[in-house]
Amino acid sequence: MPRTMITVDDIDDIAIGATVLGTGGGGDPHVGALIAKRLIGMYGAVTLMPVEELTAEDFVLPVGMIGAPSVSVERIMAESELVRVIELAERATGRKPTAVMPIEVGGGNSMVPIAAAALTGLPLVDADAMGRAFPESQMVSFHLAGYKPGATVMVDHHGNEVMMTPVTGPWSERLARAITTEMGGSATMIDYMFGGDIVREAAIPGTLTLAKRIGQLLSGRGAERTDAALLEVLTDELGAFHLFDGKVVDLERGFDAGFTRGKAMLDGIGAWKGSQYELRFQNEMLLALRDGQLSAVTPDLICILDAATAHPITTETLRYGNRISVVGIPADERWRTDIGIETAGPRYFGFDVDWQPVEQLSAQSRSASTDRSAS
Amino acid sequence: MTEYRLGIDVGGTNTDAVILDNATLEVIAAVKSPTTQQTSDGVLASIDQVLEAAQIDASRIRFAMIGTTHATNAILERRGLGRVGVIRLAAPATTAVPPLEGWPDDLKRAIGGRGAVVAGGFEVDGRTIADIDEQEIREACRRMRGQVDAVAVVGVFSPVDASQEQRAGEIVTEELGVPVSLSAEIGSIGLLERENATILNASLMQTLRSMADGLRQALSERGISAHMFFGQNDGTLMEVDYALRYPVLTIGGGPTNSIRGAAHLSGLRDGIVVDVGGTTTDIGMLVDGFPRQSSESFKLGGVRTNFRMPDILSIALGGGTVVRESDDGIRLGPDSVGYRLLQEALSFGGDTLTATDVALASGLATIDSASDVSLSADLVAASGRAIRALLEDAVDQMKLSAAPVPVILVGGGGIIVGDELSGVSSIVKPPNLGAANAVGVALGDIAGEVEKIVAGGASREAMRATASAEAVERAVEAGADPKTVETTSIEELPVSYMEGESVRIVARAVGRLRS
Repeated sequence: MPRTMITVDDIDDIAIGATVLGTGGGGDPHVGALIAKRLIGMYGAVTLMPVEELTAEDFVLPVGMIGAPSVSVERIMAESELVRVIELAERATGRKPTAVMPIEVGGGNSMVPIAAAALTGLPLVDADAMGRAFPESQMVSFHLAGYKPGATVMVDHHGNEVMMTPVTGPWSERLARAITTEMGGSATMIDYMFGGDIVREAAIPGTLTLAKRIGQLLSGRGAERTDAALLEVLTDELGAFHLFDGKVVDLERGFDAGFTRGKAMLDGIGAWKGSQYELRFQNEMLLALRDGQLSAVTPDLICILDAATAHPITTETLRYGNRISVVGIPADERWRTDIGIETAGPRYFGFDVDWQPVEQLSAQSRSASTDRSAS
Repeated sequence: MTEYRLGIDVGGTNTDAVILDNATLEVIAAVKSPTTQQTSDGVLASIDQVLEAAQIDASRIRFAMIGTTHATNAILERRGLGRVGVIRLAAPATTAVPPLEGWPDDLKRAIGGRGAVVAGGFEVDGRTIADIDEQEIREACRRMRGQVDAVAVVGVFSPVDASQEQRAGEIVTEELGVPVSLSAEIGSIGLLERENATILNASLMQTLRSMADGLRQALSERGISAHMFFGQNDGTLMEVDYALRYPVLTIGGGPTNSIRGAAHLSGLRDGIVVDVGGTTTDIGMLVDGFPRQSSESFKLGGVRTNFRMPDILSIALGGGTVVRESDDGIRLGPDSVGYRLLQEALSFGGDTLTATDVALASGLATIDSASDVSLSADLVAASGRAIRALLEDAVDQMKLSAAPVPVILVGGGGIIVGDELSGVSSIVKPPNLGAANAVGVALGDIAGEVEKIVAGGASREAMRATASAEAVERAVEAGADPKTVETTSIEELPVSYMEGESVRIVARAVGRLRS
């Protein structure tokens, strides 16, 4: 079967899709996209490998960055970091990698493994461990499936190398976060290295292809119905829900325990005129209320898009006066389990609500509006 | 004795000139003439016309303000740009993306594109990545000798600490003697966007200098000894010497000047400016006399920069917008007959129904050369409602609250707008609308902005005060009257994932023109 290749021309589409799946967090993929394009230009296109082709003989490295998006756009990584982090992973495990994959498809971490695949010539597995972006490193499908992070490696631009074996996912987050701070707020990292059989079982398949498809749709390509609004094409294709259109009338953005936390208040525009919407975020968008009623909540995806262009907006660039569309996407089923909700549901982030599926909330909200207009 | 201001807007097509009373800022005269190949020829012609129209003594002109798309066009057309060498103080960091990565090839060729990544830079918390190595910088300069007209010096986290960039700049000056542009003076956090803007700035230094020399000569030939300023992208002014150091700041002045001019001509400081052209309507928000800024990063000639531009909502509605009847009612555009309005619209003997025809038939406007066209009353009413609904929706999207706000209507297509819109308190159609850009640039506020990252441990209050003081200093340096300068905003944005509450602070100060 002919393999799908990722070429320079695919990078911008994947980057746009990854920003949508980043739900406001995950960082701007712009720098990562430049690195990926440069390395593909130097070493050739990247082979995209479906998870079904992985076997127990494979050894897969999820390559990514950890740290503050605002640091990674300023102190960009050294050229040598990708090579060194992969060599270090090999030394730490004694195994030769046969493929790389994204740990997180949302935001900038979609691009780093593409660059690593171009550099090493290894195939890139079409999957990730989040299906979106999340702020903490234990929020991965491997953790949900009961796997520990195992050997974990980190490098920085100075040449520092760290090898560690955290006992649990949450410990990995604590240790890696402290090391990242010392490394200047951003580092290159590989954790959850597994054989192909485990990746097949526990990773979320097809997410790079999904990101590319979203990017193509939002760039106005790939849709047969050219007359439909981009947003409608997108929600149809993804089984997503257009939850609200509004403009930002109030924005609180604070710093708390290492994260950008805050909320944005929207006043409805167009069909949503007269309604109020509240968005709560911790790097990523986590909770949305329409007129005080739950509209969507983590782990389901709450995506914010420019209302005019349907291009994704990040919480860092969100501003007073922005006109945005809110789209809810049902999370992968693995997140909709007890352990999924415990790991990344509303209560983990300190919200005193129970998770409810976005499809159910959207249906309730629609019937409530119909009742109101009928009365 | 009355003194005057001369406002000149040198656009790609037209050069507009206005004379304002320097004290009252009242418009004395406004003229329009074609832009010429040699900018100064067109400027001379428009100065002659406006002096003639104003009937004033040229020696009474105290200030001359120039708004121009010259720098923007030079970049877009890859013409007349200086060759630039780039010295990035960052190694061992950032080598994954070398300078000029991702630039369009033709622009890279136009500026030569010699870059070096040398030891240097800071971490977010103020530690150095590496000390700069003077010998290494000298060697990088020697490799560029004779091949560059200017040098851009860019250090990692230089907005936090600019000391390395300053020292490196001195070394470049000693070695090469060409103009140097330091990134900390050009932009904020975001290395590549700041670097790109700094490179473009360096490449424009010679371009703006020759234009400024031409303008100075044009003014002196007409006996005008005015103090000259350039308009910048945020709607404020810079002294010529400052503009020559930061020529890239002249880009994007067009929409800004139009909104500022509309504000002045209407006497309003808050409202919505609706600029109706032939094909599109641009809607901008006026907040306390300035355009509201957009959050999107601005691409110039295919290069991503971190300049902020006015937040403009463009909709496909203009005087030439094609009106069609369909089963679902009236459909507006999105196509337009554009500049062919006078040939293709029904009222001018054509066979296309346009928004202008609807306006004429409903009696909103009269145009001498237009002939009467019989349209059904239903069609006219329905089209009028559709145009109104489109505008109301767009205006509503730009508004920050439900309270009604005034709309300031400018642009040639403005006749298609009726006398009222819901959510709008009044529709203001000020005089001299065509000269809004030239009026906008002649308005005298001066701004300074500074961005700091405050590392963990430092006092936030103290750093806010420092940022505020530096913004004031920068405004005064740009020509503001120290007595009127005030800090107008201090924004804070946290740097996530960093321990110890690192915070990004952006302070901005604005003052009146120093007279």
